[in-house]
Amino acid sequence: MLLNDAPRPAKPRPGLFGLISILTFILTAAALMASEPALAQVPSAPEGMVALPAEAGGLPWWGWPLLLLVVTFVLGIVAVLGGVGGGVLFVPIVGGFFPFHLDFVRGAGLLVALAGALAAGPELLRSGMASLRLALPLALIASASAIVGAMMGLALPTNVVNTALGVTILGIVVLMWAAKKSEYPEVPKADPLSSMLRIHGIYREGSTGKDIDWRVHRTPGGLALFVVIGVMAGMFGLGAGWANVPVLNLLMGAPLKVSVATSKFMLSIVDTSAAWVYINQGAVLAMITIPSVIGIMLGSMLGVRLLKVANAALVRKIVIGMLLLAGSRALLKGLGIWA
Amino acid sequence: MEKQHQYASEEQVVYAKILDAGMKLGFVIVVVSFVLYVFGFVTPHVPVEQLPHYWTLSAQEYLAATNVPTGWGWLSLAGKGDYLNFIGIAILSLVTVVCYLRILPIFAKGGDKAFTAIAAVEVLVLVLAASGILVIGH
Repeated sequence: MLLNDAPRPAKPRPGLFGLISILTFILTAAALMASEPALAQVPSAPEGMVALPAEAGGLPWWGWPLLLLVVTFVLGIVAVLGGVGGGVLFVPIVGGFFPFHLDFVRGAGLLVALAGALAAGPELLRSGMASLRLALPLALIASASAIVGAMMGLALPTNVVNTALGVTILGIVVLMWAAKKSEYPEVPKADPLSSMLRIHGIYREGSTGKDIDWRVHRTPGGLALFVVIGVMAGMFGLGAGWANVPVLNLLMGAPLKVSVATSKFMLSIVDTSAAWVYINQGAVLAMITIPSVIGIMLGSMLGVRLLKVANAALVRKIVIGMLLLAGSRALLKGLGIWA
Repeated sequence: MEKQHQYASEEQVVYAKILDAGMKLGFVIVVVSFVLYVFGFVTPHVPVEQLPHYWTLSAQEYLAATNVPTGWGWLSLAGKGDYLNFIGIAILSLVTVVCYLRILPIFAKGGDKAFTAIAAVEVLVLVLAASGILVIGH
């Protein structure tokens, strides 16, 4: 069995919001393509700014954001079908194959993951699939750690971060390939800390219509692991569903659906703290971030619709293949072998 | 609403409501500001044709080359097309703090000292991250 960390029931619903995004996608694409003739009217570098030659080599300036919009749209589809978060695909693939500096890619990656979590969060909370009491203590640890991770990531040399990113992505590939999941883990007795914090709940299992009571154990161990998860989320801008779900499900014993939903919701807290570090340090570019957010969200909406007809096992193998390639690329780039 | 309360606590439902409203507001602003930026209705601080050179720089090099301040200094550039987008991004990145501030009194009123403390410390952590006090560099 493979790890599944996509909270399928809570993907953004198409509607007015979807229509606005689709309209924006079309407008953005059209505007980017139509911008070239207007370049002569674009003002030169303002006072105090270093002026650089306009020729960029390769694609025209609007080509990369347009390509980014298309690629993130595809990533959004693949992420849903493959049962992974968008951030874990976004950073290594865009970081490895686009000309953007890794700082901006990680900043965008965090905001992509944050946007997805914000969009899904309200419904996950209302339905009771995500648990605030389970999320809050873990998110506190992870969000504080994510600040440290983000600061480390922006302070370390890019080749070191790329190398560490490559190793991490390859580790995620192994985790996705080998990790088991447990629909309803057995929790013989809640641990004293979770009992004291009253971390337990009940949710309606849609497939059977039954109410499922749940509780957790090994909370101190879970808290300790969330220190590491937070640091990695902040350092690499990956989101952290790939790590959250196994800890919540396999270690702490939360049901799989509660783990997936709580993990997704937690990203809205953890990625917020890390995202602010990137924003405050200038590592967010609108021209990279906004097309990515729009592309991933639109792709996710389409992906949800394709779930019924897609071969999920095949898509998951494709996702693992993509991560293997992107992780290898990041590692080799970091080591200076594949610059 | 009754059915929701069966599975979600009061603070959870309140949190969801604020998160939903903040998220939608942020997204609408992000989308509108980006359209204004891309269509050239609002002049950007960094000319778009220069972007391919700047996005290859590190964040620190970018700030130096484009004369952009760190922290909340971007607010002084919010009238420019590219930094206009940061208003929506900031709303999306602040909505969680507002959610926590709203549920804090619910925990406190219910005598839930542990979660009151957890929520209060989380607010401090997020405010610290957002404050721009934390300065780093390559």
